[in-house]
Amino acid sequence: MANFETIEVTTDLLILGGGMAACGAAVEAAYWAKKNNVKVTLVDKAAMDRSGAVAMGLSAINQYVGLKDGKNTLKDYVDYVRNDLMGITREDLVANIARHVDSTVHLFEKWGLPIWKDEQGNYVHEGRWQLMINGESYKVVVAEAAKNALGMDNIYERIFIVGPLMDGEKVAGAVGFSVRENKFYVFKAKAVLAAMGGAVHVFKPRSSGEGLGRAWYPPWNSGSSAYFTLKAGAEMTCQEVRFIPVRFKDAYGPVGAWFLLFKSRATNAFDEEYMVTRRPELENWKPYGGVKPIPANLRNWLGMLDVMEGKGPIYMRTEEAIQKLSEAAGDPKEAKKKLKELEAEAWEDFLDMTISQAILWAATNVQPEEKSSEIAAAEPYFIGSHSGASGAWVSGPADLAPPEYNWGYACMATVKGLFCAGDASGASSHKFSSGSHAEGRIAGKAAVAYCVDNPQQPNVDMAKVEELKKEILAPLDRYEEFKGGSSDPDINPNYIKPKMFMFRLQKIMDEYAGGVSSQFKTSKPLLNKGLELLKFLSEDSDKLAADGLHELMRCWENVHRMWQAEAHVRTVLFREETRWPGYYFRADTPKMNQNDWLCFANCRWDPNTGEWEMMKRPILHIYPQPQDHELLGG
Amino acid sequence: MPSFVIPEKCDGCKALDKTACQYICPNDLMVLNKDIMKAYNCEPEMCWECYNCVKICPTQAVDIRGYADFVPLGASVTPLRSTDSIMWTVKFRNGNLKRFKFPIRTTPEGSADPAGGWQTGSDDLKSPCLFTEPASSGLPDVPKL
Ligand SMILES: Cc1cc2nc3c(=O)[nH]c(=O)nc-3n(C[C@H](O)[C@H](O)[C@H](O)COP(=O)(O)OP(=O)(O)OC[C@H]3O[C@@H](n4cnc5c(N)ncnc54)[C@H](O)[C@@H]3O)c2cc1C
Ligand code: SF4
Ligand code: SF4
Repeated sequence: MANFETIEVTTDLLILGGGMAACGAAVEAAYWAKKNNVKVTLVDKAAMDRSGAVAMGLSAINQYVGLKDGKNTLKDYVDYVRNDLMGITREDLVANIARHVDSTVHLFEKWGLPIWKDEQGNYVHEGRWQLMINGESYKVVVAEAAKNALGMDNIYERIFIVGPLMDGEKVAGAVGFSVRENKFYVFKAKAVLAAMGGAVHVFKPRSSGEGLGRAWYPPWNSGSSAYFTLKAGAEMTCQEVRFIPVRFKDAYGPVGAWFLLFKSRATNAFDEEYMVTRRPELENWKPYGGVKPIPANLRNWLGMLDVMEGKGPIYMRTEEAIQKLSEAAGDPKEAKKKLKELEAEAWEDFLDMTISQAILWAATNVQPEEKSSEIAAAEPYFIGSHSGASGAWVSGPADLAPPEYNWGYACMATVKGLFCAGDASGASSHKFSSGSHAEGRIAGKAAVAYCVDNPQQPNVDMAKVEELKKEILAPLDRYEEFKGGSSDPDINPNYIKPKMFMFRLQKIMDEYAGGVSSQFKTSKPLLNKGLELLKFLSEDSDKLAADGLHELMRCWENVHRMWQAEAHVRTVLFREETRWPGYYFRADTPKMNQNDWLCFANCRWDPNTGEWEMMKRPILHIYPQPQDHELLGG
Repeated sequence: MPSFVIPEKCDGCKALDKTACQYICPNDLMVLNKDIMKAYNCEPEMCWECYNCVKICPTQAVDIRGYADFVPLGASVTPLRSTDSIMWTVKFRNGNLKRFKFPIRTTPEGSADPAGGWQTGSDDLKSPCLFTEPASSGLPDVPKL
């Protein structure tokens, strides 16, 4: 076996990841930990200042409820999320995040995040729930507070977490390795918070040359949360809910400001507005086709129908929107001033969070005030914090959750001591950056309480750890053993390098599970064929080879992706209906199944048998639902 | 090729124990070639063009050339980040130039106080009240249903 020193770290609460949710957990847990003599340790695969989905910055805070100003109620937010997910939502989780998110946003502001204000000193809204920010350093500021709370002594950067350590049914820690030096890490803990983001590159991206990395979702989040929770034996939910954002084509620049703030139209090549011309299609998806705002997936779906009929390109009518807004400013002098302002806002939107889009505009001489730009559906991603919902099935808070949704500690998965937040927890979409941080805080506090209630350090079987070490480092050994067998280090009959392994996964998912090139369509026979091919891929994961630490990380990232893929395929197969057209379409069951629609599709991989279990869980409301009989089809 | 390093400008971070670009890249792409003491992007097709290596390089040795599989040549977008603002220079393929300056933070670097100056909370580990609440929420208490 490759010669790696084993480093053991014993702690009480182990936070995995250093993104929005993990930073929230760190800040909150540090406070309660100090009072209760609990030790908290955080591990990130990258540098916290710029890790996770907010690494580049963001131009908006997408969840702010504004409770203190009485503008919205908790129920308003719950209604919004439930409707957007076509009824499938854990209201208790959404309400819990919504009641704490404002407090988190107010902290961001104190820490130094510039939030736009109007002349009266009120936040400038992009839409009902969104605030405009100068967010280039959003992550730097949020990470700074987390680091100041925990202290750098308790933070490990550049450690890639591979999987869980278990003590029977309880979580007992995590194992991983440094991507900088030959060190294998064993973290022993009483409670573990998984907050390692969602997954990209499970499906083939549209660009596959140099632009392979330019997915909408950052290439460094590879499904580690899903793998970790699955391998621990946790029940997972909404694994069928992938997210496909419609964004500016190719560079994936954000469209939120264009639609919400600038009130831009989107039209096809014939100047038809698909949101108008395709409206009758919404009837097929009632009652959700009738809600306002129209669910994100249905908006996607209407645009896709145009594309499938050959009516593309689809354009964001930027020139029209800017003109209208500047004209509304009044006399020509005011209009000119307004135009300048809008132009800067439009560019900042990209420069703060998708700089590639600014390069693409500059390289194609686009001036948004003069010319429309193409928009398109991206490829599918797994991001439970955004408009997707995939993640672990977690306990709700005692004071909001129905008994069926509560098993002790908020945000705890069905595995004892394992907590999840942000993209890692499911059925609570639309938390975004701010809500993920708030949920991290909720989970951080609950996990400290768990540590206090369960003071005994779980047992870790060191023989098992040694086995894991061997398995995790095996790709290095394999490479050393066989590399001499070929004059090309990448092409060798004895092993597969992680990049080709990833391409194989992407091809399977793209062609059988409804990716871009199959226009997001799939069916039972296709999914079954996909599963067959995934099985071969899984067998070949024992043949992964790595020439060094960086490639070793790539090997495990792709194993993580593969597990996310399997959970997805199995769940899409389990539900014999098209759930969320615009995210995916089952050609063999093209309709909503009204009688069977309202349930969570959950799954679990059993660590003892290696078998998958599929199950349904009921949708329980926490607010009285006057339209229940209607939604249930009765 | 997404991020690339201009050899004349890179000094390998003067052989300090870690280079700035390697330290920051969220995808672990920047590597120092120790033979020539120059950094390079070891997997350009896994680059997100997040510009973090560009912003952090002390000698402005890292630049980005848009993904060649869909971006026409000739444009550039260049940041200059200070402690409180960022200046962007956008050069178009047709030679046009635009400059933008945006604030990035309102407090001195390093000063973020976890509690944000809010009064800390109820001290009840089992209540739903987070440590800065209710002060930081602006509400009298944690909302119930
Ligand atoms: C392109 C894009 C635009 C967005 N725009 C907005 C917006 O405008 N407004 C808004 O509010 N929200 C926006 N969001 C949503 C927001 O970014 C996410 O909701 C939020 O970041 C989720 O937080 P998280 O902690 O779950 O994941 P992340 O913040 O992504 O953090 C994941 C962390 O896990 C670490 N990690 C991953 N794998 C491992 C491993 N194996 N071992 C150790 N560490 C690991 C990563 O390094 C990172 O630190 C956007 C998201 C994307 C992708
Ligand atoms: S940060 Fe700049 S100077 Fe330092 S190694 Fe990287 S490219 Fe070279
Ligand atoms: S642009 Fe971002 S992803 Fe690309 S090398 Fe630089 S830091 Fe890494």
